Amino acid sequence: MPMREWADFIAETGADGAISIALSGPLCVSSVGRIDDRLRAIEGQVEAIDLSKVDDFDTVGAWIVVRLSEERGAKITGGSEEAMRLIAAVRGQDTDENPDGETSADALSDEDRAWPNRTVQKLGGFVTGHLDGMTKLVGFLGALIIAMGSLITHPRRFRIVALVRQIELSGVGALPIVGLMSFLIGIVIAQQGAVQLRQFGAEIYTVNLTGRLSMRELGILMTAIMFAGRSGSSFAAQIGTMKLTEEIDAMRTIGVSPMEALVVPRIVAALLIMPLLGFYAAVLSIIGGAFISMFALDIPFFTFLIRIREVVPLHDIWVGLIKAPLFGLIIALAGCYQGMQVQGNSEEVGLRTTIAVVQGIFAVIVLDAFFAVFFTEVGWG
Amino acid sequence: MNSSEPHEEPAVVVEGLKNVFGSHVVHDGLDLVVRRGEILGVVGGSGTGKSVLLRSIIGLQPPTEGHIEVLGAEVSEERDPDEIDVRSRWGVLFQGGALFSTLTVAENIEVPLREFHPEIGDELRREIALYKIKLAGLPEDAADKYPSELSGGMRKRAGLARALALDPELLFLDEPTAGLDPIGAAAFDELTRELQDTLGHTVFLITHDLDTLYEICDRVAVLADKRVIAVGTIPELLALDHPWIQEYFNGPRGRAAQSAQRRAKAKAMDKNRKAGA
Repeated sequence: MPMREWADFIAETGADGAISIALSGPLCVSSVGRIDDRLRAIEGQVEAIDLSKVDDFDTVGAWIVVRLSEERGAKITGGSEEAMRLIAAVRGQDTDENPDGETSADALSDEDRAWPNRTVQKLGGFVTGHLDGMTKLVGFLGALIIAMGSLITHPRRFRIVALVRQIELSGVGALPIVGLMSFLIGIVIAQQGAVQLRQFGAEIYTVNLTGRLSMRELGILMTAIMFAGRSGSSFAAQIGTMKLTEEIDAMRTIGVSPMEALVVPRIVAALLIMPLLGFYAAVLSIIGGAFISMFALDIPFFTFLIRIREVVPLHDIWVGLIKAPLFGLIIALAGCYQGMQVQGNSEEVGLRTTIAVVQGIFAVIVLDAFFAVFFTEVGWG
Repeated sequence: MNSSEPHEEPAVVVEGLKNVFGSHVVHDGLDLVVRRGEILGVVGGSGTGKSVLLRSIIGLQPPTEGHIEVLGAEVSEERDPDEIDVRSRWGVLFQGGALFSTLTVAENIEVPLREFHPEIGDELRREIALYKIKLAGLPEDAADKYPSELSGGMRKRAGLARALALDPELLFLDEPTAGLDPIGAAAFDELTRELQDTLGHTVFLITHDLDTLYEICDRVAVLADKRVIAVGTIPELLALDHPWIQEYFNGPRGRAAQSAQRRAKAKAMDKNRKAGA
């Protein structure tokens, strides 16, 4: 490979103090990097810029020459015809910019770019953004309630096919993974519980631990997290993409309400399948516990299951089943709401999907902590 | 073509429309009347709010101020199920087609039918969809394809077929020829004209395509300075002394489109003369 050539220059100070600069070598985007700072460092009036030794020239080189000549009032001499044409073009571009002297509204002034101002602006944007988000969320809930209400008065408009499809996708489709996950979690609870309880000689309480924890807490909580990851994200991404491709606008112009066609079926599906999935998860988790207890505790499989019936009170099942539809509602709401907020570009779809999942899981865990205390306080301990 | 009769109410009336986004004023005091049975082209530079105007008229963008009437009715957010909604009397073709990606082309066309006329049976609905597919110039085997399996031009035709599903009185087209090759664009123009001739609907079309304007538009509305600065036939617009209009129609592309139209007319007359002889 040939050696890379760099542009260079010689600055001569004449008898009257005027500086003349003689540039040499290629004056291109690939070769001017090293001389720019040195050129800027020259102080005083520049009389002339000599381009006769420049052997290659592009718009970046022309820009440097034009800047120098305009800032310092220098004359350009010795340039080839091609170089002078480029210089004229760059100069023309320069004067064309902002013919009315207007700056566009989006352009930031230097003052705005300074970090103390930027920090305050970002903070302000964060606050107003969140306030705006809250207004929009309330608006979304209102629209949802209106849509639900009008579907109750006009039940024929309810989209049963869309509902069945969502139940299939989010419910039936989740059975294998939720089942496997719960089975493994059951194994972990029973095995770890057995190790700890053995220290007190209370291994038999492993059954209580596995059964009650699965029914009350873990079955439904883990299902909710899985549901947020599988379905909450897909609601947001799907609806968001439909917004980008104008499908939602097209729906509105056809007279199909996106609330009725997209949001309500998803939310009703979530309300219906979450209790079922949660109960299924709890059962699978108990089976996992029973399975590992055969080896870790020498409790026969069916003895474990019979024991579960004795130690798990009925209200544990109710605790799980009451929470389930609420968790489903929150996750589906977060997904649909964030999807409907997508605007502009595909990056937004990714961003909104992430927010939907994070918000969904976070809200579910906060609510679960509240319920844990609440149900114990009301005597369902 | 049914010429616009003076006593008939206009297809679209926009009065004093104002649209503001944050601090950015898009429209201010915009007035526009679309007559029945005409093809109205809307032109304007980028960012003059052509698409916002369309979205305002079809009720997707509630205006900040102003009054919009479409086919004698105001467009409201909520649909009264007991009345024939204005939405069932128009068709909209979005720029990218905006077909429902999870439905086949035929199912896409069936959506408006199902929505507004649930009393139509499955068999007839399918037949109507297939007929509209043919009407939009698509091959019959496109019916059971998904939008992702179609080319850009076919997707626009499918979108047009869906817009035509309910035999609308008013058709909105958003840049119908954008992104099509010149042959496809010319064919689409011809299709728009032919359909308008046979079905007699009003067409509101946004375009940048000068050929489209010369070939098929009865009148052209020019959007600039936040409002409609002029509406008229192209010769009428050319008689105006507005710099943007002059530059638009008399620029190199404008002149090319003009001479293309003249050639096409001469050819047609030539053909007629030969046929007459």
